[in-house]
Amino acid sequence: MDRIPILKMGPFLLVTIQVDLYDRLALNLENDLITMVSKTEARGVLIDISAVSIVDSFMGRILGNIASMSRIMDAETVVVGMQPAVAITLVELGLTLQGVYTALDVEKGMELLQKKIGLNLLNNEEEEADEDDRNL
Amino acid sequence: MKKATAQAVKKNKIQILENWMKFQLTDEGLRDDLMNNEELHAQSVLLLDALIRAMETGETLHASSREFDPIRDVLGEISVMRARRGYSPRETASFVLSLKQSLFDAIEKEYKKEPESLYKEIIAVNNILDALSIFTFEAFLKGREEIILRQTDEINEISTPVIRVWEGILALPIIGTLDSARTQIVMENLLQEIVATNSSIAILDISGVPAVDSLVAQHLIKTVSATRLMGAECIISGIRAEIAQTIVHLGIDLSNIKTKASLASALRVAFDMMNVEVKKVDRRSNILLK
Repeated sequence: MDRIPILKMGPFLLVTIQVDLYDRLALNLENDLITMVSKTEARGVLIDISAVSIVDSFMGRILGNIASMSRIMDAETVVVGMQPAVAITLVELGLTLQGVYTALDVEKGMELLQKKIGLNLLNNEEEEADEDDRNL
Repeated sequence: MKKATAQAVKKNKIQILENWMKFQLTDEGLRDDLMNNEELHAQSVLLLDALIRAMETGETLHASSREFDPIRDVLGEISVMRARRGYSPRETASFVLSLKQSLFDAIEKEYKKEPESLYKEIIAVNNILDALSIFTFEAFLKGREEIILRQTDEINEISTPVIRVWEGILALPIIGTLDSARTQIVMENLLQEIVATNSSIAILDISGVPAVDSLVAQHLIKTVSATRLMGAECIISGIRAEIAQTIVHLGIDLSNIKTKASLASALRVAFDMMNVEVKKVDRRSNILLK
């Protein structure tokens, strides 16, 4: 069965979708990705859909699902490289993918993820520092 | 219609044409600025020839019958041409109607001794010419509509330029009313340009949009959402006081969208987001330092 490879890059998972997604493939991807997030304790998921030219409401929903599931497991999702036609289709379908971060290309997506994760780490450290202060 | 009528018209063709031309040239609606007399003459000959050919073909003649197809073609061409050159509807219609008088003169001469036939023939010819003038009018309007459609297309094409104001910042001034078709064009142009220039910020300036109703707001929100899906930020600028009032009165929620009053302040926000700083340089102090 076809599978979409998921690459681990440090604290991030990188998925590049090179073929048009059909429903089964998308479901598999959702499954594999969430398993990988839990296995590797990834902090961010980057999905490159620059080669995808056809989307439907199902595909839009899968992207939204992946984002919400990752969020629960403390990982941010960034979708990068969406084609103009795809963006217009999703908007016309009423799917604006709230809660999903977007970026123009993989490079900018990585930057965004690093900024998000870095901020989170910073916040955590501050909280811990606050707690330490209080303990003292 | 009797065969004799058609023959009478054919026999007196030169006389009819002369009278008709005279009538057209003395008419106050003559537009010799739009068309010279030779061209008018050529058109008249073309129409009269087609009319005679149609009249010769049948006894029971209606303006909707197949024999009149060539006439309709000729008239359609003439009307569309006149619509393009800027003739008024009255001037176009009178081209056909002015033929009536000279035709009736010829028929009257033919049936001088039979008033009953004269009456019938004149009614028949009259009906045909009336139908033809209605057709002329229709063709004229169709020509006008074609012109309007073409102009709308042209306006759509020229009115949605996407400007690259800075590295990574696009501006898109929208001028005129936004409808669904235009939003589609605006959105496509913007998204394509975002990909082409790899820009991460787009500024939609709506200071040229005369009014914003809920539909236009819907279109704006769609454009902003699509830009966001692509991975770029979208700022709406140029919101005038009246527009802000209508938006609030209509209860449209733009809170998810960055809005700025002027293009300048939108640009400042964009610079901020890209960590670019614009500074005034004091040249005098530089010189002093050197």
